[in-house]
Amino acid sequence: MTLALDIFSLLAIAAGAFFFLAGTVALLRFPDSLSRLHALTKADNLGLGLVVLGLLPRADGPLAAMKLVILWGLVQLSSGAVAQMIGAALRRREAAR
Amino acid sequence: MTFYRALDLSLALLVVGIAAWTVLSRDLFGAVVGYVAYGLLLAIVWVRLLAPDVALTEAAIGGGATGVLIIAAGSRLRSMQTSEPGDTANGIQKALAAALSALVAIALAAVMLLLPEPAPTLAPQAAGGLEAAGLGNPVTATLMVYRGFDTMLEKAVLVLAVVGVWSIGPDRFWGGAPAPLGRTRPKRALVFLAQMIAPLGVLIGLHIFWVSADEPGGAFQGGAILAAMWIIVMIARLADPPRVGSRALRLALVSGPAVFVIVALLGPFLGGSFLSYPPGFVKPVILFVEAFMLLSIAAAIPLLIAGPPLRSPRP
Amino acid sequence: MTHILYLAAGFILLTVAAGLVRVLYGPGEVDRMMAVQLLGTGGIAALLLAASASGVAGVEDAALGLALLAAFASIAFVNSASSDSDPDGARDG
Repeated sequence: MTLALDIFSLLAIAAGAFFFLAGTVALLRFPDSLSRLHALTKADNLGLGLVVLGLLPRADGPLAAMKLVILWGLVQLSSGAVAQMIGAALRRREAAR
Repeated sequence: MTFYRALDLSLALLVVGIAAWTVLSRDLFGAVVGYVAYGLLLAIVWVRLLAPDVALTEAAIGGGATGVLIIAAGSRLRSMQTSEPGDTANGIQKALAAALSALVAIALAAVMLLLPEPAPTLAPQAAGGLEAAGLGNPVTATLMVYRGFDTMLEKAVLVLAVVGVWSIGPDRFWGGAPAPLGRTRPKRALVFLAQMIAPLGVLIGLHIFWVSADEPGGAFQGGAILAAMWIIVMIARLADPPRVGSRALRLALVSGPAVFVIVALLGPFLGGSFLSYPPGFVKPVILFVEAFMLLSIAAAIPLLIAGPPLRSPRP
Repeated sequence: MTHILYLAAGFILLTVAAGLVRVLYGPGEVDRMMAVQLLGTGGIAALLLAASASGVAGVEDAALGLALLAAFASIAFVNSASSDSDPDGARDG
């Protein structure tokens, strides 16, 4: 059982790391700010989400697992709202030109 | 070179690299963004050095509070547009600053590299006193028990800083409120975020303070998180900076150092000397003092960022 | 297993740190901010991995605090970047 859980953790964390890599590549290579913003939010949510998912089997107890999930929810909430704000700021920058 | 060595080396190089960018950057915003990134990387370095309390403080103050402070100051300067040509440092001043910084860095490196093996340390004694203090976290013990005097003075310095910031405002506005932190019609996403994150953040900040007696955490870290939540609420215009003359605000601000001083003065009667805690009650008294420190810090940091009063005291 | 967790933490950290190049080049303030936000999220992931691998108490709380503070810094920076051009917020809602 623990071997299966370990493999699950490994796969989830590897997938999360991949998303972080994808997000960084997108941040560096995409042509304009809005598409970079799009990539950023995907990496934030999925990357961290998969890492948290992979760490859940290793948490000591349900309370610690809940703490991890709450942390991920918090990051989801804040990065989503901040992405909206950044998008509005970008749109204003375009309009100002 | 093992993997861990390589990781440490790349982390160190990253920190130096981003520090160089911050110093060399030409515009204020870019430099402050670099500075925030520097703070975040340093927080991770502290975790690598097994110091989560310091990491949290670094993220709070270096990554959050001072970055926001500098940006707010920069916006105010830009809107005033009072800088004149010749205000930036000339070549000689820059060379002097660079030389002094390099000297400090070399001195620190030399001290670190020339330390005898094993390096002299007070850690065993610090850990040995924990049981008498009834605490589990050696950082809290150091801050509140062994060096309580320094911590008390630091809180007083915070209050003085706030008074200094307030005194920058024009005389006719003394007692009034600072300018609002956010725009008149904030984006709905921001308002939603503030409404959701502030209660959760307050809970987390209180948690980090409460566990500080036995686990990593502290009044300062918790207070900085509470401060950040209040600032978010003010940016979303769900609340506005309070009037500088408000009695409740001033009471909250000074309560930290004041309670600390009172406990210190009661020391001779309860514990035997100035700033000694009554034996057997050390942990409750420390938590009591720290609770007021939390309040002071949570009040002081947003006030530093809100700035001097710029509204008339009477509506 | 712990070695793999540390490896993942290091990999994620170095990856998002590479994104800091945007701070150098990013044509606008917003691009620089996005790079730092990615660094923040990656840092949180790395801290969680390190917490699980090392078992040191308090690193998860540090990650929690980092999440809050990164959100705080992003909000304050977007507020500053946008208020320069539109202080009354009249142009969007």
